[in-house]
Amino acid sequence: MELILSKNWHVPDQRKLSVAEKNGAYSSLKKIFGMTPLQVIEEVKASGLRGRGGAGFATGMKWGFIPKDNKKPVYLINNFDESEPGTFKDRMIAEKDPHMIIEGMIIASYAIGAHTSYIYIRGEYHRPWEILEEALKEAYAKGYLGKNILGSGFDLDIFQHRGAGAYICGEETALLSSLEGGRGYPRIKPPFPAIAGAWACPTIVNNVETLSNIPYIINNGGAAFKKIGTEKSAGTKLMSASGHINKPGVYEVEMGLPIRTFIEEHLGGVWKGRKVKGVVPGGSSFAPLTNDEAMRTNLDFESCAAAGTSLGSGGFYVMDDTTCMVRLLQFTTKFYAHESCGQCTPCREGSGWIFKIARRIESGNGRERDLNLLEDVCSNVVNGRTICVFADAMAMPVQGFLKKFRNEFEEHIRLGKCPHG
Amino acid sequence: MVKIKIDDKEIDVPQGTTVLQAAKANKIDIPYFCYHSKLSIAGNCRMCLVQIKGQNKPVISCREQVREGLEVDTKSPEVKKMQKGVLEFILVNHPLDCPICDQSGECVLQDNYFKYSKSSSRLEDQKIHKPKDKPLGPLVTLDDERCIVCTRCIRFCDEIAKTHELCVTQRGGHSEVTTFPGKALKNPYSLCTVDICPVGALTSTDFRFKKRVWFLKTAKSVCTHCATGCNIKMDWDDASVYRYRPRENEAVNQCWMCDEGRLSYKSINDATRVLDPLMKKEGKLQKVEWNEALQKVLSVCGGSLGDVKVVGVLSAQSTCEENFALYHFIKNGFKNSKFLATKKEVKNSSHDNFLIDADKNPNTNFLPLISVGHLSGAADEFPTGGIYFVLDHLTEAQKEKIIAANPRLVVWMTSNLSESGTWADVILPKPTFAEQDGTFINRQKRIQKADKAFEPKGHAKPVWETLAELAQRLDKPVSWNSAETVFKTLAESVSALKDLSYLKIGDQGVMVS
Repeated sequence: MELILSKNWHVPDQRKLSVAEKNGAYSSLKKIFGMTPLQVIEEVKASGLRGRGGAGFATGMKWGFIPKDNKKPVYLINNFDESEPGTFKDRMIAEKDPHMIIEGMIIASYAIGAHTSYIYIRGEYHRPWEILEEALKEAYAKGYLGKNILGSGFDLDIFQHRGAGAYICGEETALLSSLEGGRGYPRIKPPFPAIAGAWACPTIVNNVETLSNIPYIINNGGAAFKKIGTEKSAGTKLMSASGHINKPGVYEVEMGLPIRTFIEEHLGGVWKGRKVKGVVPGGSSFAPLTNDEAMRTNLDFESCAAAGTSLGSGGFYVMDDTTCMVRLLQFTTKFYAHESCGQCTPCREGSGWIFKIARRIESGNGRERDLNLLEDVCSNVVNGRTICVFADAMAMPVQGFLKKFRNEFEEHIRLGKCPHG
Repeated sequence: MVKIKIDDKEIDVPQGTTVLQAAKANKIDIPYFCYHSKLSIAGNCRMCLVQIKGQNKPVISCREQVREGLEVDTKSPEVKKMQKGVLEFILVNHPLDCPICDQSGECVLQDNYFKYSKSSSRLEDQKIHKPKDKPLGPLVTLDDERCIVCTRCIRFCDEIAKTHELCVTQRGGHSEVTTFPGKALKNPYSLCTVDICPVGALTSTDFRFKKRVWFLKTAKSVCTHCATGCNIKMDWDDASVYRYRPRENEAVNQCWMCDEGRLSYKSINDATRVLDPLMKKEGKLQKVEWNEALQKVLSVCGGSLGDVKVVGVLSAQSTCEENFALYHFIKNGFKNSKFLATKKEVKNSSHDNFLIDADKNPNTNFLPLISVGHLSGAADEFPTGGIYFVLDHLTEAQKEKIIAANPRLVVWMTSNLSESGTWADVILPKPTFAEQDGTFINRQKRIQKADKAFEPKGHAKPVWETLAELAQRLDKPVSWNSAETVFKTLAESVSALKDLSYLKIGDQGVMVS
C-alpha cells in the first residue's frame, strides 16, 4: 500500500525544510499556481477526500461553499485542536512532517481565496507548536509564505493560535469564538462558517490530516487518490491505536481495512493473549462495537456507520475481556461532564447528571431504575436539542455501552459492587 | 405578510418575524427563558424548541424565521417531552429554595414548571453548590445556585449598557455568572439585570428579603427623578413603596430604567415626610390642626389686600395638577398676582445619551404652557411685602431672597422637610405623587400620568384639596374637587392640552404640541 501521510515519518530531520524539500515538499505549489482556484477545488472534489476530523464531510464540496460574489476576506482555519479521547494522529503529522501541513494549507488557501490562515492548535500541544513555529519560519524564509509566493502574486500569512484547554474548541464554531478571543461557545448554525465564520467572514475549517492529504492529491491527481480505499471512503486514514493491544501507536491504513486485520496484523493482537471484548473505532464520542461486530466491520466511513458507530477521527481503542465496561463508561462520562461548555441547558445539566449516575452504578450504589433513567436522560439531550453535537457525542457512548454491555450494568446493580474489583 | 400555520391555526405574519414572535402575537404560548425582545438571540435555554413539519430535528422558535407555508407544532408529544426535559435539567442543580427566594411568585421557572412539567425529580445524587450571596456590584447580589445561565444579564451589559461587566466562568454544570476580573457590575442601569433575570439569581440588594411579592400591590406610575419620565410599576404595601420596576413604553424608556431613578422611591417612605400642618410660633415651627393653619392663611389673605401681591411659586418638581391648582387659585382669588417657577438644580448632575437626563425635574415642560417662566435671577423677582404660596423646594438663595423681600406671609406646600423650614410661616403637608393622581410632561413633551397608589400619609392633603377649601372660605370657589377635575379645567384653559383627559393620556402618555 502506498503511504500518503506517513511516508517520510522515518526520515531523520524530515521536519527540516531542506530535508523535506528533497522528499518533495512544496513541489505541488508550482502546479497549483498554474491552475485556477476553481480547478484546484475540482481536483479535490474528484479525489473524493472526506474530512478527517470526525464528520467525514466532502472536502471539495465544503470549499465550494464560499460565496461566489464574496467581497470580504476569506479565512482558512486548520483545526489542530485534536482533543477526542483516543485520538493523537495530528500531532504525529506535525511532529514528523510539519511542512506537509503547511503545503496543504497553502493549496487550500489558494483554492478558497484566503490570504490569512490560522492553525488553531490544542493548548497542551507545546512541542508540536514549537515544531510548527520553526517550520513556518523556514517556509517564510524560503518564500513559500508571505507576499507573492514563488512569484505567483499570491499572498498568504499563517499564524498559530493556541487553545486554552477546552475540548469543545475542536467544534468548528466554538473554535471560531475562541479564535476571536471570546469564550469557546459553539454558535448556532446556520450561518455555516463558509458563509459567516471568523469575524463574520467566509471561513473554511479543515482538520490537520485532511489538509495534509492535499499535496498528494495535487501532485498525483484526484483520480489517483480516489483509487485508494473504498468507493465512498477514498484514501488512507491515520488510526490512533491504543488500549489493550501489543503495539499501540499511529498507523496509516488504507480505508476499508478490516478491523480484524488491523488488530491482528498491524497492532500485534490483544495483549497478554486475551480476547477482544469491545472496540471503539473512531474516538470516545461514538458507540463501542462488541467483538462480533468489530470482526465484521472495516475501517471506512460506510462500514462503521452500518455497524452503528463511526470512523470519527480514528481514535481506535481496544478493550480486552477483563475490562469493566461500567468503569470505562464512567471515565467517558466524566470527560463529557468536564468538557460540556455549559451553554445549552440539556447538555450543561445532563452531562453532569449522566456522570453521577454512571459513577453511582460503578461504585455499587446503582438502582434498577437507573438504566432506564440513563437512557431517558440521553434521549432528552440528542437530535437537535442543543446548539452543537457535543450532547449527541456524550449520549452515543452511553446509549451504546448500555445497549451492548447491559448485562454488566445489571450485574453491578445486582451485586452492589464492581465484580472486577 | 406570509401565511404560516401554528398548531393547525392559520395566521398571517409579517416577513422577518420569528416563530416565537408570531406565536406571541397570536396568543399561542411557547415557553422560554433566554429570549428577550431587546437582546440578541442566544438560543441556549432550549425551552422554546418546536417542531417544523418536514424537518426531523426540532428548532428554537426564538430564532426560526417565518416563511410561506411553514407548519409549526408547539404541542406535539415530542415537543412536550422536550419541554419537560429542559425543565427537569434546569432543576437538576437548582436549589429549589422558593420558600426563601425573592423571585418566588414572579418566577418564570416556577410558572413554566407548573405549566409544562409538574414532574417530580428523578435526581438521586448530590447537587452542585455555588455561592449563595455574591455581590456583583453595589446594587446587585447574585444567588448563583438559582442561575440558569440564560446570559440575559451578560447580553444586557454588552448590548444595552455597553459596559461589558459580566461573563460566564467555569464550564458545564459548574458555569457561573460573574464579573470580569477587576470589574464590578456598576453601570447606571445595573438593576435592569435583576428585572430581566427570569429566576431568583440576580437580586436587588435593596429589595432582597424585604417583602414577598404577592403582598405587593402595583400602581402604574412615572419616575420623577429626572425629565425622562421612565414609565414604572410602583410596588407598594401598607402605605410604603418597596420598589420601582420599569413599565414598558417603547417611546420613552423601552423596558429599562436607571438605578438612580429606581432607588428614588425612598423619599416617599422616609422620615423627612411632613405629616401635619406646621405653623411658626415664637420663631419655631409647631404642629397644628389643619383648621388653625388655614385660619392663619385666611387671616392674612382675606379682606382687602390693597396693592399687596399674591405670589405663586410653582415648581417643575410638582405635578401639572398641583401647579395648575395653585395658579388657578391665585388668578381666580386675587387681583394682584405674580407667578414664579422653580426647579431642582443639581450641580454636575448625571446624564447620558440614553435615559438619564441632566434635568432632574419631572415636569420642566409644563410651566411654559401656562406662560410661567423659570426664575431669571433678577433682583426684583420676589415682590416686597407679598404673600407667597410656595410649591415644593426652593434653593437656599431663593429662600434668602424671599426673607429679604419682607413677605407678609409665606405658605409652603411640601411633602418632605429636611431643614428647619422657618423661612415659611405655614407649612401645609402635601402627598407625594405616590399618594395622588397627577400628570407630568417629560423632556419629549409627552404628558404622562402617575396613578395614585395609596392614601396620603399622615394628615397630608393634596394641594388642590387644600386650595379648594381656602377658595371656598375666601368666597371665591373653584370648580374642581379632584385631581382629574383640576386636569379638566387645565385642559380647557391651555390650548396645547385641549381635548385631553386622563382616559386619553392612558398608560403610554400623549405628545403635547
